[in-house]
Amino acid sequence: MALKRIIARLDIKQERLIKGMHLEGWRFLQDPPQKFCAEYYRQGVDEIIYVDVVASLYGREKLTEIVKQTTDHVFVPITAGGGVRSLDDATDLLRSGADKVAVCTGAIKEPQLITEISRRYGAQCCVVSIQAKKNGNQWDAYYDIGRENSGRSVLDWALEAVALGAGEILLTSIDREGTRKGFDLDLIEQISSRVQVPVIASGGLGTPGHAAQAFQAGADAVAVAYALHYGLCSVGDIKEYCRNAGIPLR
Amino acid sequence: MSICIIDYGLGNLASIRNMIRKAGGKSEISSDPTVIAAAEKLILPGVGHFAAGMENILKSGLLPVLHEAVLERKTPILGICLGMQLMAGHSEEGDVAGLGWFDADIIRFRQEDMGNLKVPHMGWNEVKPAKAHALFPNVDEPERFYFVHSYHIRCNNPEDVLATAHYGYDFTCAVSRKNIAGMQFHPEKSHRFGMGMMERFIQWQP
Repeated sequence: MALKRIIARLDIKQERLIKGMHLEGWRFLQDPPQKFCAEYYRQGVDEIIYVDVVASLYGREKLTEIVKQTTDHVFVPITAGGGVRSLDDATDLLRSGADKVAVCTGAIKEPQLITEISRRYGAQCCVVSIQAKKNGNQWDAYYDIGRENSGRSVLDWALEAVALGAGEILLTSIDREGTRKGFDLDLIEQISSRVQVPVIASGGLGTPGHAAQAFQAGADAVAVAYALHYGLCSVGDIKEYCRNAGIPLR
Repeated sequence: MSICIIDYGLGNLASIRNMIRKAGGKSEISSDPTVIAAAEKLILPGVGHFAAGMENILKSGLLPVLHEAVLERKTPILGICLGMQLMAGHSEEGDVAGLGWFDADIIRFRQEDMGNLKVPHMGWNEVKPAKAHALFPNVDEPERFYFVHSYHIRCNNPEDVLATAHYGYDFTCAVSRKNIAGMQFHPEKSHRFGMGMMERFIQWQP
């Protein structure tokens, strides 16, 4: 039985750490992202996810430099994404030291990209990032940092992404992202019960109890941003709560 | 002490080098046969497809260099992930022969035994030592390491099994014989337990 994971998610704009709400209204944090990362590593975080929200506009040099500096002293798996449109983009991030690449817009526009990355580097290397927003009774898959609706349901897209070679799904609820109101548990349950790869729940953690709820709904990992960046709780607090709730963690 | 991290074009080697440095060792990433031959210890890393890994080793001309260092000069070597798998005689992944240092096969997780568990096995898992060994001194205390793989090793000689983990069923996740050791998991991604393993590898005198 693989142990459940607590992942720190760091959204990046140029060389700065940012945090938004509903994938909008981004605010800068004071310290550089590498410093946050080092602290989360000290707290015992299981993985790191970097998402460069402006990479498609400005290129990826800043992100590859951040990843490179992070791998100098952080010895847990690192996922990097943002603006990955081609196999070469993925290769850049992996060469800089990332263990996995997250693709979102590039995969929706050109689903074959998932297969290319997966064939070249293995499915475990290919994380498909899905931005989910509820419209009526179903969740639609969005892209371009939550601005565009692909017109496809999250479940359909997740199933296709896995069939194409995705090794993991990063499932972000736009509705909950940055709100600290807890994860969208129905969304997690629907997707994780249907796909045969690990699902990382992202968007909404405000208290350690929210992580336990996400795991109970079927998430294999939870990504935490706001609560860690602003010190609402530590990785240790989340792990202690989950352990006491009977969830097997590292 | 110089450790050569063998670069045969697969996988991300900087983290291994960085961890060795933090653990107090010295290392060099190289595909140069003279550097490999001169190293006091070797690490055979790698992530990806078994057949591609063997093809790269063959194309780079490293096969005789590795055999000589490991089998004749008995240079201590640690295989990590695909690097460990390549030490087996054969793999289902691509149906090709490996280095043959262990009488073992690389097989895919048997889906019929997995229930609703997902393959690849990805994430942190407990590792249980199967025998007393310098790399696993705390036989009673299971440590947790980071795994990412769809295939695992199956040894024909039980005494080669160094450690096991459970995913669907108990599978061999580390092997050793004399100067050769291999691990399916990634010490370089396994936080403090990984750091401890790397420190022990630096100290290891088989």
